[in-house]
Amino acid sequence: MLKKYGFAIVMFLICLVALVRTFMAEPDPLAFSPVVSYIVIGLLALAMIAVLILTIKGIFVERRWVFLFVGVALVLPYFMSITLKTKVSPEVQGLFNGVNALPPGSKVLVAFDYDPPSAPELQPMADAFMAFAFKRDLKLIIIGLWPQGPQQANLSITRAMAEPEVAAKNLRYGTDYVNLGFQSGNEFVIQSMGTSFRSMFPRDIYNTPYDEIPLLRGVENFSNVDFVVNWSSGYPGTKEWVQIAVDRFRVKVGAGNTAVQAPEMYPYLNAGQLTGLAGGMTGAAEFEMATNEYGRATVALLSQLFSHAVVIAFIIIGNVALFLGKEKKTR
Amino acid sequence: MKREVPIIITLVVGIVFILSYFIPHAPFGELETFYNEWFSIVASFAIWLGALNLMKLSFIRISRKQHDWQLSWVIVICFLVIVAVGFYDGYAGLSNNPQTSFRDPGTNFDWLYTYIYTPLSSTMFAILAFFVASASYRAFRARNTAATLLLLAGFLVMLGRVPLGDILTSYLPEGWRASDWASWIMNFPHTAGQRAIKIGVALGIVSTSLRIILGIERSHLEG
Repeated sequence: MLKKYGFAIVMFLICLVALVRTFMAEPDPLAFSPVVSYIVIGLLALAMIAVLILTIKGIFVERRWVFLFVGVALVLPYFMSITLKTKVSPEVQGLFNGVNALPPGSKVLVAFDYDPPSAPELQPMADAFMAFAFKRDLKLIIIGLWPQGPQQANLSITRAMAEPEVAAKNLRYGTDYVNLGFQSGNEFVIQSMGTSFRSMFPRDIYNTPYDEIPLLRGVENFSNVDFVVNWSSGYPGTKEWVQIAVDRFRVKVGAGNTAVQAPEMYPYLNAGQLTGLAGGMTGAAEFEMATNEYGRATVALLSQLFSHAVVIAFIIIGNVALFLGKEKKTR
Repeated sequence: MKREVPIIITLVVGIVFILSYFIPHAPFGELETFYNEWFSIVASFAIWLGALNLMKLSFIRISRKQHDWQLSWVIVICFLVIVAVGFYDGYAGLSNNPQTSFRDPGTNFDWLYTYIYTPLSSTMFAILAFFVASASYRAFRARNTAATLLLLAGFLVMLGRVPLGDILTSYLPEGWRASDWASWIMNFPHTAGQRAIKIGVALGIVSTSLRIILGIERSHLEG
């Protein structure tokens, strides 16, 4: 194995040491000035044009070059000082409107149904929502149908509490928010919650019995919560919340999904079964914009833009290669 | 009896679930809750079975020195470390007053989760971006009419989902820009296609479920 991957491991370690040394020497975030940023963009564009010219000449680039371009396009924007603003789509506006319409004191069930791999897309949405909800004095009941969900919720709570406006409210666990933890059983958990929350979550993550939590007094089932927000990256997730909580128990559900999962939710969105939907990094950036809680998604949007541009350029180059190949064959 | 008992259990539970959907009152409502609780118990055991099975397979791989057996040591050590730390923090939390959770910020488990598990699993997911790019380069080619339509749809959605699309089409009137094309594709042709797939899948699930409940389909009892 060492023979096979030895060179790659050594190269990786050298890069890692170089990066660590750079960041140790420069503890402040590295950032290019806008001029340097535009020069870098220009160089990247020139490199893509060079690939196009090579393709026209009949020299096709290997897969490794595609990887290199995507890698550069994803990493460089993090060092650029260009800020991008996007238009809030009707889907995200629907989610925002659903939350924004809730009066202070409303009880919102927040289901964290994802794990760290999907966190780059979903955590910014959850962070923005958590800060926004706390500022609007919404009462949050947190659960997870994925084992890692409650831990991801804790991250969002910690980040929201670090904001001065939220910290000043002196919010208390058990009165303003509660984390009921993970429960196994997938959609059957949602189904049982339709009858009794207590049966599925008899204790919170601190082992406090359900009946001793002030926020949960009078909360028996879905009829006692005003809105459900679901951050989801697969099964069980938004589809199950719609099919059971919305269709059977008439609950209002808004969701945030990964870019891969979001397209599957459009039929539910267009049928009015979902109040709103934030999809992927773009959806997260739009939600941050709608809630005025700017965070990591807005920063990552530039990275997303670059990677999309590179993929689009390679699709064009791929088609040029296809047509040139056809032409050669007909000759 | 080995085959009859599971078939009878499936028949009874299946019929109760169907009836309780339409009649959510006693006794079906209570029975449904009872079965749901049992499902959670079985699912909890399944998690343990999965974890223990992973350990068993890893140990077999190590003992037989199968291909890349050294990597199985990584699985075993990581599993044991995270379980030990989780149990230790969980146990320590029980004796605190008020009780704390092993997931709380500052615990050893949280440190492992935040600084080891999260970056590693995020890296695995991030690699997807490279494969998607490579696959798009190779697959999105205008070979025929259907492929050209797919190419155009993918191209427009990708362009419309980032601000670049609106920057490039800013000269067009409001409602006709790249983000609007992307929204139109997602809301109409895409939704229509998704609905057709979902209805087809639902009909398939209904027919398969009925076959299982009635004991016609028995393949799940094998193995």
